[in-house]
Amino acid sequence: MIRLQNIHKSYITGTNKLHVLKGIDLHIKEGELVSIMGSSGSGKSTLLNILGLLDNHDEGVYTLNQEEIKAMSETKAAKLRNNLLGFVFQSFNLISFKNAMENVALPLYYQKVPRKKRNKMALDYLDKMGLKDWAEHMPNELSGGQKQRVAIARSMITHPKIILADEPTGALDSKTSIEVMNLLKEINQSGITVIIVTHENDIAHMTDRIINLKDGLIESIIENKKINSTETVKIPQE
Amino acid sequence: MFDRDKWQEIFSTISKNKTRTVLTGFSVATGIFMLIFLLGAGRGLKNGMTSVFAQDATNSMQIYGGRTTKAYKGTPEGKRIQMVNDDYLDLQKSIEKLDVISAMSYIPGAETISYKNNFGNFNVSPVHDTYKEIKNFEILEGRFLNLKDIKENRKVVAIQDVVKEVLFPKETAINKMITINKIQFKVIGVFNQPSFDDNSREIYIPITVAQKIFNNNDHLRRISFTLEDLSVEESKGIERFITYQMAKRHGFSREDKNALWIQNNIENSQQFANLFSAIEMFVWIIGIFTILLGVIGVFNIMMIVVKERTKEIGIRKAIGASPSSVVSLILMEAIFITAASGYIGLIAGVGLLEMINSFDIIHKIYPPAAIYFINPQVDLGVAIGATIILVVTGALAGFFPARKAASIRPIEALRDE
Repeated sequence: MIRLQNIHKSYITGTNKLHVLKGIDLHIKEGELVSIMGSSGSGKSTLLNILGLLDNHDEGVYTLNQEEIKAMSETKAAKLRNNLLGFVFQSFNLISFKNAMENVALPLYYQKVPRKKRNKMALDYLDKMGLKDWAEHMPNELSGGQKQRVAIARSMITHPKIILADEPTGALDSKTSIEVMNLLKEINQSGITVIIVTHENDIAHMTDRIINLKDGLIESIIENKKINSTETVKIPQE
Repeated sequence: MFDRDKWQEIFSTISKNKTRTVLTGFSVATGIFMLIFLLGAGRGLKNGMTSVFAQDATNSMQIYGGRTTKAYKGTPEGKRIQMVNDDYLDLQKSIEKLDVISAMSYIPGAETISYKNNFGNFNVSPVHDTYKEIKNFEILEGRFLNLKDIKENRKVVAIQDVVKEVLFPKETAINKMITINKIQFKVIGVFNQPSFDDNSREIYIPITVAQKIFNNNDHLRRISFTLEDLSVEESKGIERFITYQMAKRHGFSREDKNALWIQNNIENSQQFANLFSAIEMFVWIIGIFTILLGVIGVFNIMMIVVKERTKEIGIRKAIGASPSSVVSLILMEAIFITAASGYIGLIAGVGLLEMINSFDIIHKIYPPAAIYFINPQVDLGVAIGATIILVVTGALAGFFPARKAASIRPIEALRDE
């Protein structure tokens, strides 16, 4: 599903050149549940930006869904994001002046689905999340867990192949965090690839594979099924 | 562009962000409102001034006799120059490009005018029939004096509408006999004349009658005449010609400025025209600054709006909105709000002008000012043009920040909590 080969990315800030990703090689298969871990500054956000087509990489080959991603127009990237990817964020990022149903339906607006049809689909998804009764509520009337479930419903509505979750439990208490993780697991079991960026160990350990980033490189990849054996697989570096 | 779903999206955004909408709309509406009101008021002032200064034909001149201030050929200074009928006849023949000419004499003594039990003191001016071409009269009833009245010394009279109200409060005036200094005159016409002076109460009788019955001489108080189209320079030439001519006839120095008073309305009206265009330019300058302020207001608010919406834009982009759809969403919202509120400002401005006009508000607040402010109107083309300028600049003001916002990386916009 996702194949990264020797991905480099640097940012120019003033006169300084900041080399953030220094050659990432990674393969994520369809239907995997993967977490990306790393301290701040390790490049995990940048990696997520590139995976999510929100930023272009400088060097290397990125293949998404059998298609090589090269520098492309914003418009084309937006279309691919809309069709292939779903995003879940730490701060939920619901539009504050739209109610839950309208928030969930918004991605379909950009697919030109008629209003009635997309609102009905949004209601179905909210129903699946157990939030049907909250459909007409505004985001500020919902609890954190409810907001995140609305956001997950929004990411699901376009039937994406990949869900990218950026610290999805960062703003939630531990109980709600586990609920949200279970939800993401369920989504994963329906065949959707789920990639979670987190800095919480217990969240990472609920995924199949943990990718540890450090200073722009993959430090280690932990196969969670072997977590108890503490065996780590080192990725050969160039 | 005219996608129904898109407009639904825009309207739902507008209706759920009322403060923002009202703020943007308010600055646009005030700008347009002020501009319309200013332009209208400027026009009203111009109309008022024009009508006030239009009491004399703009191509007319008037000559009054004065007193000499220079000794001339043995005559000491201080000699009074008395114009006579011969002056009138001479000027009638000699002035080039003369249109019409009329002399005015006077009648001596208290001018008590009565009809039955009604009476009053009015200003009686004996004139020629051509006087109606020099003064801007509006004949309300009957007619003004004519050539036959002059030639046949008819005892007829034309009265101003205010005089008619005093003498004939409840009946028609035409063909009634009024008494001027014990002599009966027949009313042949009622007129209205614009004037600086609210107390103007004029009565006109044939000059020949006055000279014959009241004065028994050929003295004139003034000579008025109009000229065919000519420039200010040419009119000054005629002024000089008259001075020389009269100096020769009456024996005073050509250089004596006080022997003869000449009021040159051609020169005056040129000055008024200059004044009007100065006023108009002033109004335009204020108008342009008002529009500029409106544009700056819209620009400011659009900057704030886009800043406020950065996160929303990030969300929309992350879930699949293309940059162009983001820009057009913000832009169309801005255009819609500026156009709608510009229209409201336009209606309010025109409405206020109409209200001032139809309820005569200036007259109620400060009556003396009312005559200087007539029929305030605004050129519809200018009004619509101004609204379009404001809408277009508002859209441009929205476009650049919107485009900047649309190019922000969504993750960065969203992380910024």
